[in-house]
Amino acid sequence: MGKVKFKEDACKGCRLCMSVCPKKILKIDETKVNPKGYHPVTCTDLNQCTGCTFCAVMCPDLIIEVYR
Amino acid sequence: MSETLVFKRPDMLRNVGFHYCPGCTHGIIHRLIAECIEELGLSDKTIGVAPVGCSVLAYDYFNCDMQEAAHGRAPAVATGIKRVHEDACVFTYQGDGDLASIGTAEIIHAAARSENISVFFVNNAIYGMTGGQMAPTTLVGQKATTSPHGRNQKYAGMPIRMSEVMAAIEGAYYIERVMVVDVKSINNAKKAIKKSLQYQMEGKGFSMVEILSTCPTGWGMTPLDAVEWLKKDMVDYYPLGLIKEGN
Ligand SMILES: Cc1ncc(C[n+]2csc(CCOP(=O)(O)OP(=O)(O)O)c2C)c(N)n1
Ligand code: SF4
Ligand code: SF4
Ligand code: SF4
Repeated sequence: MGKVKFKEDACKGCRLCMSVCPKKILKIDETKVNPKGYHPVTCTDLNQCTGCTFCAVMCPDLIIEVYR
Repeated sequence: MSETLVFKRPDMLRNVGFHYCPGCTHGIIHRLIAECIEELGLSDKTIGVAPVGCSVLAYDYFNCDMQEAAHGRAPAVATGIKRVHEDACVFTYQGDGDLASIGTAEIIHAAARSENISVFFVNNAIYGMTGGQMAPTTLVGQKATTSPHGRNQKYAGMPIRMSEVMAAIEGAYYIERVMVVDVKSINNAKKAIKKSLQYQMEGKGFSMVEILSTCPTGWGMTPLDAVEWLKKDMVDYYPLGLIKEGN
């Protein structure tokens, strides 16, 4: 199975990664504000991640690393 | 269980954060160009030319020699670089204000001379950096700060389809229009960028890849709405696909 790692501090909360995740396991964490002033994205259920890389391919700011 | 890293930042991009607005697809295009350079083994022989526009700081992002050009003049600067460094891989990165407005003469004559360079033309249908003014590529009806009621065809004319204009020039070898709005279209865009660099290394002459890109800030939309608008309205006027190959 896969695993995603976010450079949370650099996330701009644009939601583009969320729109392409086939498992719909990415969401904005409204309880956090990063140093840039955005609510960063987070993975709600890593167990479901397949490591497909779609989110990373879509992220304009290259803050997602994917492991399999 | 051992884990393998299957997606990481390419070495051809320096480890600095982009200054682009949230959801702006300039960043995706930077990555694709960087990956293609790396995958073709051209990392040590690439020289890029940055434009004026939101991507003016591209020289801070690519991990190769970069030269900043005055607004619109990137193809002229790239001509000089390529003629002196024939073995180098030379690309320009230009917005639609840069390429289709102030730099129209330079781009057309670079193609007419069939300069052996790769041009990456980022069309976001607006002047992003200066605050969202109408560009030659702004769609009819599209709102911009200088067309608050939407582009009026009677007053401002019709948007220019630069790829089709360039394809009419004998010296242009390869012209393709792509977009970067989902995984499939991003992969297609990467293929076109790679092809353009490959043709340059084979000495085929001038090539240009037009990449439809979003400007959520200038368009006054969320990044997700901007993606939808691009897919529907922009693609309607700027058809995707191969426009010219061979001359
Ligand atoms: C000679 C000159 N004229 C005008 C400008 C102002 N100017 C800076 S960026 C820009 C428009 C850039 O738009 P575009 O090429 O579409 O790139 P974007 O910012 O949308 O990525 C203009 C008109 C300038 N810097 N230099
Ligand atoms: S790697 Fe695939 S499944 Fe995992 S979070 Fe990203 S898009 Fe979703
Ligand atoms: S695409 Fe990147 S910057 Fe945008 S919300 Fe997702 S991780 Fe954050
Ligand atoms: S103004 Fe538009 S093109 Fe410039 S960084 Fe922001 S979204 Fe991108």
